[in-house]
Amino acid sequence: MTETIVAIGTRKGLWIARSTDRREWALEGPHFLMSEVASVAVDTREGRSSVLAGVKSWHWGPTVQVSSDGGRTWTESAERALSFPTDTDTALERVWQLTPDPNDSDVVWAGVEPHALFRSTDRGKRYELVRGLWDHPHRPSWEPGFGGGAVHTIVPEPGHPEHLLVAMSAGGVYRSEDGGNTWEASNPGIRAYFMPDNEYPEFGQCVHKVARGQADGALYAQNHKGVYRSDDNGHTWESIADGLPTDFGFTILAHPRRPGVVWNIPVQDDGERIPPGAQLQVQRSDDGGAHWRMQADGLPADSYTCVLRDAASLDESDPVGVYLGTRNGDVFASADEGESFQRIATQLPDVLVVRAAQLG
Amino acid sequence: MPSAPVRVILPGMLRDLVGGVAEIEVESPTESQTVAELLDRAFSGHRVLDGKVRDERGQIRRHVKVFVNGEDATRGAGVGAAVPAGARVHIINAVSGG
Repeated sequence: MTETIVAIGTRKGLWIARSTDRREWALEGPHFLMSEVASVAVDTREGRSSVLAGVKSWHWGPTVQVSSDGGRTWTESAERALSFPTDTDTALERVWQLTPDPNDSDVVWAGVEPHALFRSTDRGKRYELVRGLWDHPHRPSWEPGFGGGAVHTIVPEPGHPEHLLVAMSAGGVYRSEDGGNTWEASNPGIRAYFMPDNEYPEFGQCVHKVARGQADGALYAQNHKGVYRSDDNGHTWESIADGLPTDFGFTILAHPRRPGVVWNIPVQDDGERIPPGAQLQVQRSDDGGAHWRMQADGLPADSYTCVLRDAASLDESDPVGVYLGTRNGDVFASADEGESFQRIATQLPDVLVVRAAQLG
Repeated sequence: MPSAPVRVILPGMLRDLVGGVAEIEVESPTESQTVAELLDRAFSGHRVLDGKVRDERGQIRRHVKVFVNGEDATRGAGVGAAVPAGARVHIINAVSGG
């Protein structure tokens, strides 16, 4: 029987919600109580039920833990799963992103703080630094965002293993077309309003999240003020923020099958990090960002919380499920592509990451 | 000639990772060794502990303390601090968090 799981990483542990019908949910946890879980990946490639978690203990540091049974039991490698090579004189702070590669079922990418990309070829157990990005001449100029300086977004391209896009705060979008050996800044059209002179620099933008529409390959980016679309694989970007209540936010999601269907979770302003008008909501577009409409049925009004960069996810069911978690520890689920939501968890610590998938 | 062994006492939070072991006795090859050398020996049979106590540069993690005979080595020479033969070394988690 197919089971939907929603992995919920928080400041103080990981919870997992399970359902066989996406209406009745059972919540399990916590795993890793008192450790921060900033990244999760559910790896269903080749029928697997693996879950990977980037876990950071306040005392005992960061690591990657692996579950092969859908998040019920976990294994930590005796040796460090992910660490910087000695010659870098750098220590890992946090794993912010774990991304299974759609082109190679053994490869998992990890985006970390400080700004770096790692690659695993054994399904996420051990990782090696991607030197091409680490040695990039721009790296000394990348600045930390409020959440730290990190590669937080990794976007492979199905069918093109040599194509890879990453985003970082605050450095912007970088693109490789040779499997990660060389990288180019790829921010034309993305505005860095906070820069005093040139608001369209080659790099330095604070891109919060990039998502790829799997049906048509379009890329969508939520920036620190600014929402964008790229139809040329990130070479150029154009604004799609006009129909939104605000251009600030952290996350963006793209439909796995239907071209042009994208969800944005707006935040009132960078100085007022609450839902617009204090109504928790998602904004949905069915035409690639030309028009937007609010979806808020089941989401609370008088809400002063916030949905962070990775705290939203889609599943791949038909209709697609939409999931979001808040900084005040609520998690909401929609089984009808955002038309209505129900609360599936409450009173958790701040939600940092939500990942949904079908197992089995 | 080996000298009196050093006793490394683990905090409760780490004991579960090594089957409940509370203390590791480390043979001391000389009259004195550094904290780094001591931890290399202590963790050779318990590799998971190394990543918990030290980062990949070999430095003691920010919220971990190492006391050598009651003195906080992390306030002094850190991993270069001397550990005399027969010493008692406590690894503790700092009182921090929220």
